[in-house]
Amino acid sequence: MRPGGGGGGMNADRNAMGGSTVEGTERGEEIFARRLDGKVVRRLVALIRPYRASFIWAIVAVAAFTAVQVAIPVTVRYAVDSAVGATHFSLDTVLLAFGALIVANGVLNFYQEWIAARLAQRVIFDLRRAMYAHLQDVSLGMLEQTHVGRLMARLQGDVNSLQEFLETSVSAIGDFFLLVGIVGVLLWMNLELGLLTLAVLPVLVLIRAWWIPWARGIFRRARDASSSVNAALAENINGIRTVQEHRREALNLVAYEQRAKENLDAQVGSSRASQLMVPTVDALTGVAMAVIVVAGGSAVLKGTLGVGVMVAYIFYVQRFFDPIRTLSMQYTVSQRAMAAAARIFEVLDLPVQIQDKPDARELDDGVPAIELRNVTFGYRPKLPVLHDISLRVEPGQTVALVGPTGSGKTSITALVHRFYDVWSGQVLVGGVDVRDLKLDTLGRNVGLVLQEPFLFTGSILDNIRYGVAGATREDVIAAARAVHAHAFIERLPEGYETELGQRARNLSIGQRQLISFARTLLAQPRILILDEATANIDSFTELKIQKALKVLLKGRTSLVIAHRLATIRDADRIVVLQHGRIAEQGTHDELLARGGLYAQLHASSHATFDEFAGD
Amino acid sequence: MNTVSPSDPAAPERIDLRAMPRVLGRLLRLSLRYRWLCALAVASTFGAAIFSLVTPRLLGHAVDQAHTLLAGGAAHADAARHALWWTALLVIGANTIRGLLTGTQGFLGEYIAQRVGYDLRLAFFEKLQRLSFDYHDRVHSGELIARGMLDLEGVRAFIEMGALRVVMLVLLVGVGAWRLFSTDAPLAALALSFVPFVVWRASNMGALLRVTWQKLQALMSDLTRTMEENLQGMRLVRSFAANDFEMQKFDVQSEAALALANRRITVRMGSMSLMNFAYYIAMGLVLYVGGHRVGAGTLTVGTLTEFLAFMTILQQPVRQVGMIVNSSARATSSGARLFEVLDAEPAVRDAPGARELRIGDGVLRFEHVGFAHEPGARPALRDVSFELAPGRTLGIVGPPGSGKSVLANLIPRFYDVSTGRITIDGQDIRDVTLASLRRAVSLVQQEVFLFDTSARDNIAYADPQANELRVQAVASTAQIHSHLAALPKGYGAHVGERGVALSGGQRQRLSIARGLLDDPAILVLDDSSSAIDAGTEAQLRRALMRAAPHRATIIIAHRLSSLKHADEILVLDDGAVVERGTHAQLVALGGHYAELWALQNRAAAARAPAAVELAAGELPAEMEKRA
Repeated sequence: MRPGGGGGGMNADRNAMGGSTVEGTERGEEIFARRLDGKVVRRLVALIRPYRASFIWAIVAVAAFTAVQVAIPVTVRYAVDSAVGATHFSLDTVLLAFGALIVANGVLNFYQEWIAARLAQRVIFDLRRAMYAHLQDVSLGMLEQTHVGRLMARLQGDVNSLQEFLETSVSAIGDFFLLVGIVGVLLWMNLELGLLTLAVLPVLVLIRAWWIPWARGIFRRARDASSSVNAALAENINGIRTVQEHRREALNLVAYEQRAKENLDAQVGSSRASQLMVPTVDALTGVAMAVIVVAGGSAVLKGTLGVGVMVAYIFYVQRFFDPIRTLSMQYTVSQRAMAAAARIFEVLDLPVQIQDKPDARELDDGVPAIELRNVTFGYRPKLPVLHDISLRVEPGQTVALVGPTGSGKTSITALVHRFYDVWSGQVLVGGVDVRDLKLDTLGRNVGLVLQEPFLFTGSILDNIRYGVAGATREDVIAAARAVHAHAFIERLPEGYETELGQRARNLSIGQRQLISFARTLLAQPRILILDEATANIDSFTELKIQKALKVLLKGRTSLVIAHRLATIRDADRIVVLQHGRIAEQGTHDELLARGGLYAQLHASSHATFDEFAGD
Repeated sequence: MNTVSPSDPAAPERIDLRAMPRVLGRLLRLSLRYRWLCALAVASTFGAAIFSLVTPRLLGHAVDQAHTLLAGGAAHADAARHALWWTALLVIGANTIRGLLTGTQGFLGEYIAQRVGYDLRLAFFEKLQRLSFDYHDRVHSGELIARGMLDLEGVRAFIEMGALRVVMLVLLVGVGAWRLFSTDAPLAALALSFVPFVVWRASNMGALLRVTWQKLQALMSDLTRTMEENLQGMRLVRSFAANDFEMQKFDVQSEAALALANRRITVRMGSMSLMNFAYYIAMGLVLYVGGHRVGAGTLTVGTLTEFLAFMTILQQPVRQVGMIVNSSARATSSGARLFEVLDAEPAVRDAPGARELRIGDGVLRFEHVGFAHEPGARPALRDVSFELAPGRTLGIVGPPGSGKSVLANLIPRFYDVSTGRITIDGQDIRDVTLASLRRAVSLVQQEVFLFDTSARDNIAYADPQANELRVQAVASTAQIHSHLAALPKGYGAHVGERGVALSGGQRQRLSIARGLLDDPAILVLDDSSSAIDAGTEAQLRRALMRAAPHRATIIIAHRLSSLKHADEILVLDDGAVVERGTHAQLVALGGHYAELWALQNRAAAARAPAAVELAAGELPAEMEKRA
């Protein structure tokens, strides 16, 4: 996100914002909201529990601050009364009290917000960490059913909503105390005048109760219009090359102008709706003041009211509309926060299905074998993807898995890693059921090369030594040399220090593949699982990759999901899968001689080629 | 693509004080296009300020009425009550008018800001569409989107919150000060004594919060990226058992962000409390001096009340100085980024007096064409010449970075040649209009961009009015008709990011259909059949020939089978043509092409040619050691 984008910036300056002007935050509210849900609230409270002491201090400080705030106009009253000789306190005494109060006010003002805001931050960071840490343990099956974008929305959007709620909650508590304090003092100073003045409060509450639902629809329309116009901009920028290729500039501008106009109208409408509250609140303040002037003034005339009280009333009346505004805003913020919290807890509640047994063990030394014994497995109940598969890869051997899309190749490799648990049967690594091994030992010993190489943001150096904390630069270079990546890395402007952008877009897919080979080689896994890239790699890089592959496979027990004949032919054994069963297995020549599925696949790839040869 | 633009959004920046007057001045000039609305906004601001000050005066008056009449005895009680009623009505009136004027001012401010935002939005969009590929190569699309959304918002917010609030503040303080000073100068000086201090503290705070906010955003975006990559690469993280490492990375970033967030809280609260303290000290002084003078009879209680009430009104707007400073700083950096786009000139545009391209035979000629992305940079293309006649096919092959795509992009003039020239039927393409050139030349890129709309609208992108027969005809030629027709919604199916899933090959065929819609005289396929299987590709090629036997075609491909039938094949390496000839000639030549042919042939046929055996045998020594 770009600095200052909306909410946060406003938040930072929340306290510096004018009282009676724009209802900024209010317009950010969401429609889909939840009422306060007891269960969700209890869990939120549980999050604060570790910081019980800070929380209590925050509440105490808010209460004390509010008390001081309410007390200051009272001293003003006595100051005025003392000036006109209506009280026995001397002006200097009163002002001494005033001085003490403003010092307390300064200190408390700092302390209450400081401790509360820090608490809110701490809780939010804890919550984000808890979600993130939990996701590290949740089974891959669970994760892969959820879109990364959706998870990120929870880690970000929902956490931010909650943060906003926690931060504003503290000041809302303060506002609530303030409202109670003001009402209390008004009634205490003069019951009759207090009741009369407070009569305008219900009117404001009623007006807002009518205004909020009406304005909400308008604000929502404005938000929709704004995201629509931004979506149009984003699409045009992303597709700019296509736009220019097809000379759509003029047409697109007309369409965009239309949306921009709609957005303008919606924003202006929303502004009108929110500005409507300004004269309303001001007029009501005027009425309250008029009450003080007439009723208070008459009482002063009759001698039943001190002139200082009248002055104090004027002070209070200018302050009590603000808390009502913020409190009613807080209600909508809290609704949104409840929805966000519920979604966050959903993530935290994802069960951890795959974890170490208490007596899980390490893998023995030596190059292990891989074995699947009568494995049946699927992702969704009653829809098995693998049926009764038995398969053994001897130590140091390479087995190629071949078969059409959906035949179960990837599932087999995922089981070796114990990304999932089998339904029935067993997966053994080094002769031990993977469920009896520590997940960590599996991770360290089973290397994985993905079809679409995944690289992290950071330097090439850091990417290659990912997972091998102590690797030196020399180790990294040796690994890169071994897989023929050194030459192209050296040619990059900053060599091994070259920063890879988002998803390493600044490298070709072949280059990314070579870096991922180096990364795996450096980790020295004893078992290798490799999903060959299907993407169209140019022949020059292809040649390098084939050479690198040989290095990578040497001395390891390997399962390769193979797409290229060159790779397949070099395997010790080929397993042909179809519909989640092993259709046939053997060496390249054996399988060709059998004339089965493999021979057909092989022939068809010939056929397409021959067509060109005779063209 | 890997160039980092100078205005990297993640890079924390200082507040650029030198650019501020220039950028903000330009923004104000943009607002002054609506000078009558601006005048009205200032007038209502002025009115609102006046009426804000009337209320304290009336209240002070009321206090005096009550107090002095009380002192004067009960004789005038009726007259006094009468006066109080009048004052009350005036208070309601003054407050209501103040509210109306404040509301009007707020609305007008926002209205002007939205209008300026609208103007800028359109100008930005218009300019983006005209900026040529070199600009879009240099500035990342995400960055441009951020400018069009967030920077625009920053600029708009300044006009609304920053500029008008300064006016409001100055008027309020100015009119108030004048009024107070003319009533009682010494007391006025005390009442306003907090203003300079608060302005100073608030602007300091605003600037500091702005700078730390940017730093915080940079830290948070690092954290976001860590989380996102972790989730996307979860398989890999687990296969490397790197959970602890990832948690550590997260914790380091998270703690840094938290520390900064906490520092911001301290800064903000420290300043706020100091400002409040200064305000109350001023109030205490007014009470002290004012109170003693009331006691001495040299000041009325009403005047004291007026002073106190005025201070209450002034408290909020003065504190907003921090926000004004913050918003000005944001608008300076946002505005600068926005204007950078608006002021950019497209490198490729119609020459003055450019004519329509006249297509006769449609002969394309490259005459000693050279190209470098920037003057002085290593040329991406060097001295390339060829001639392509109608009905003929030119094949181009070469390793990545050899200049194939650059060559393709020069033909529709997405970039201009650095040396030499390109002609179509003898006309230099720089002398004809871009529109007519791009109508005649169709370039289909490897990476397909589909718009978030129906398949039909995607194909008919160049001509939304095209009739359905035409759309289906090009779809048939591109071998995608039967697939589209079989979809539940047929051609009406959405195909963009959120639409139906299409395979890479299907997307490429759709994009080829889109390129055929205009019946181009010259068709350039830039590796645009890479994901199409060889059988379908052969059908596609035959269909293309049948549909337009006189079209000139350039095919760029890695798969030699895609272009071995071409009339001439150029082998590019490092921007230069290293081999040329027909397939047979090139194979016979025994150079790069022949080597490549042998390699690809070997991958398909199961015979093992020497090239690969040799390659496998030349493993370097280090690798042997490690393996």
